[in-house]
Amino acid sequence: MKSFDYAAPTSLAEASALLAHANGQARILAGGTDLLVQLREHLREADLVVDVKRIPELMELSFTPEQGLRLGASVPCYRIYEHAEVSAAYPALAEAARIVGGWQIQSRASVGGNLCNSSPAGDTIAPLIALGASCTVVGPEGTRQVAAEEFCVSPGKNVLRRGELLSTIVFPPPAKSGGSAYERFIPRNEMDIAVAAAGSWVELDPSGKTIKNARVAITAVAPTPRFAAEASQWLAGKPATEETFAQAGELAKKVASPITDMRGTQEFRVHLVGVLTKRTLAKAVERARG
Amino acid sequence: MSKKIHVSTTVNGESVEFLCEARQSLLEVLRENLSLTGAKEGCNNGNCGACTVMLNGVPVNSCIVLAVEVEGAAIETVEGLACHGHLHPIQKCFLEGAALQCGVCTPGFLVTAKALLDKNPNPSEHDIRFNLANNLCRCTGYDKIVKAVQAAAAELQTR
Ligand SMILES: Cc1cc2nc3c(=O)[nH]c(=O)nc-3n(C[C@H](O)[C@H](O)[C@H](O)COP(=O)(O)OP(=O)(O)OC[C@H]3O[C@@H](n4cnc5c(N)ncnc54)[C@H](O)[C@@H]3O)c2cc1C
Ligand code: FES
Ligand code: FES
Repeated sequence: MKSFDYAAPTSLAEASALLAHANGQARILAGGTDLLVQLREHLREADLVVDVKRIPELMELSFTPEQGLRLGASVPCYRIYEHAEVSAAYPALAEAARIVGGWQIQSRASVGGNLCNSSPAGDTIAPLIALGASCTVVGPEGTRQVAAEEFCVSPGKNVLRRGELLSTIVFPPPAKSGGSAYERFIPRNEMDIAVAAAGSWVELDPSGKTIKNARVAITAVAPTPRFAAEASQWLAGKPATEETFAQAGELAKKVASPITDMRGTQEFRVHLVGVLTKRTLAKAVERARG
Repeated sequence: MSKKIHVSTTVNGESVEFLCEARQSLLEVLRENLSLTGAKEGCNNGNCGACTVMLNGVPVNSCIVLAVEVEGAAIETVEGLACHGHLHPIQKCFLEGAALQCGVCTPGFLVTAKALLDKNPNPSEHDIRFNLANNLCRCTGYDKIVKAVQAAAAELQTR
């Protein structure tokens, strides 16, 4: 790795000032599972590395059923899936956190890092979108909220401006009859990058038979993670049946524009969107029914 | 040359201080500055787990941790497993079960397996394979490794 300076600020204001006034390229370091590999392989350069893990807001994980979840951007994945209440309230998020790399990666890798790395295949991003998460961005000009589905703008790029960092990801409180699920397709059991993936969230009406609200997100099938808006809106008011899930899968396919690469062809990926949307909706409904 | 940074940390229960450059990995400093050559460099990009050490109680790939990050932290390496010259049961079971050939992956497997058994003393075969998925071995084919971890779990349970 090339030489760089290192700073470990202990407040958001200090971090933002360091990032805004750095000479040359400043990079934020969370778990380093993307950044340090990219620096070593010269895919990215850094003159200053700003380690944000000593900022309390970024390491916060607080949950109440009334307030929902506040997830500090740099909280490592294992803290999410080891948290029984959070895993029960947001199963799609816990499922993704458990499959980001292997155990050693999950000890360090953060959801904030996954989102800010802005890979089209980032495993936690579909759950964030499906669960309606909002991202708190802090910068020299103050604080703004960005919806998870608006965060990534192209492969590796996001809405963050110079001096800004992601501080917290805020999840709405879990719905009473709500459920969620995340699934990716990979050719092996673990440690691989998604060929296609889907995350779904549903809220059922009191009968448990009809979908009141739903959100579907798909990843690894377009330059950015996608919110399947049409499929999500269409699901509201529909019976929670296999036919409905399958039809939503067809609608979700419309927002997929995948490429063909060594992991899979365009055609196969579009097919997977249908299958994974259907499966995650079915699982989300099952969980919503308890 | 960029300036050196002073770091105080704990390694295998002992206070340790070192000077390093910001760009140096924890693996590099353990091996080169602290002469703890147990953790191995396999891939140097987070995939193989040969460099696994415990950082504040959780297993990490030390090749993708900066040494400067461990200021104030507690690190345990494979050197901390044996006690007063006696191999840890996991080490003994790896030896007896021939769960190694070239041995490059072994320190990483030992550290991760110990972390698993500390957390889950009675893991299923699936638990073992899932939790050891970030440790790669080019020689043994894994079955012997899984069996050695099972044997160690059984031995630790009888204590
Ligand atoms: C062996 C291996 C396996 C992997 N497997 C998977 C996998 O299965 N699925 C998957 O999705 N990913 C995987 N990854 C990629 C990586 O682990 C994840 O993307 C991880 O979530 C990144 O988080 P991090 O905390 O390590 O981020 P870092 O590497 O610290 O940062 C990632 C990027 O985000 C920026 N950043 C980090 N935090 C902030 C912040 N608060 N504000 C602004 N910018 C920020 C950094 O500057 C950097 O550009 C794998 C990586 C490795 C090495
Ligand atoms: S050397 Fe660190 S994971 Fe391979
Ligand atoms: S024994 Fe050679 S890599 Fe595992």
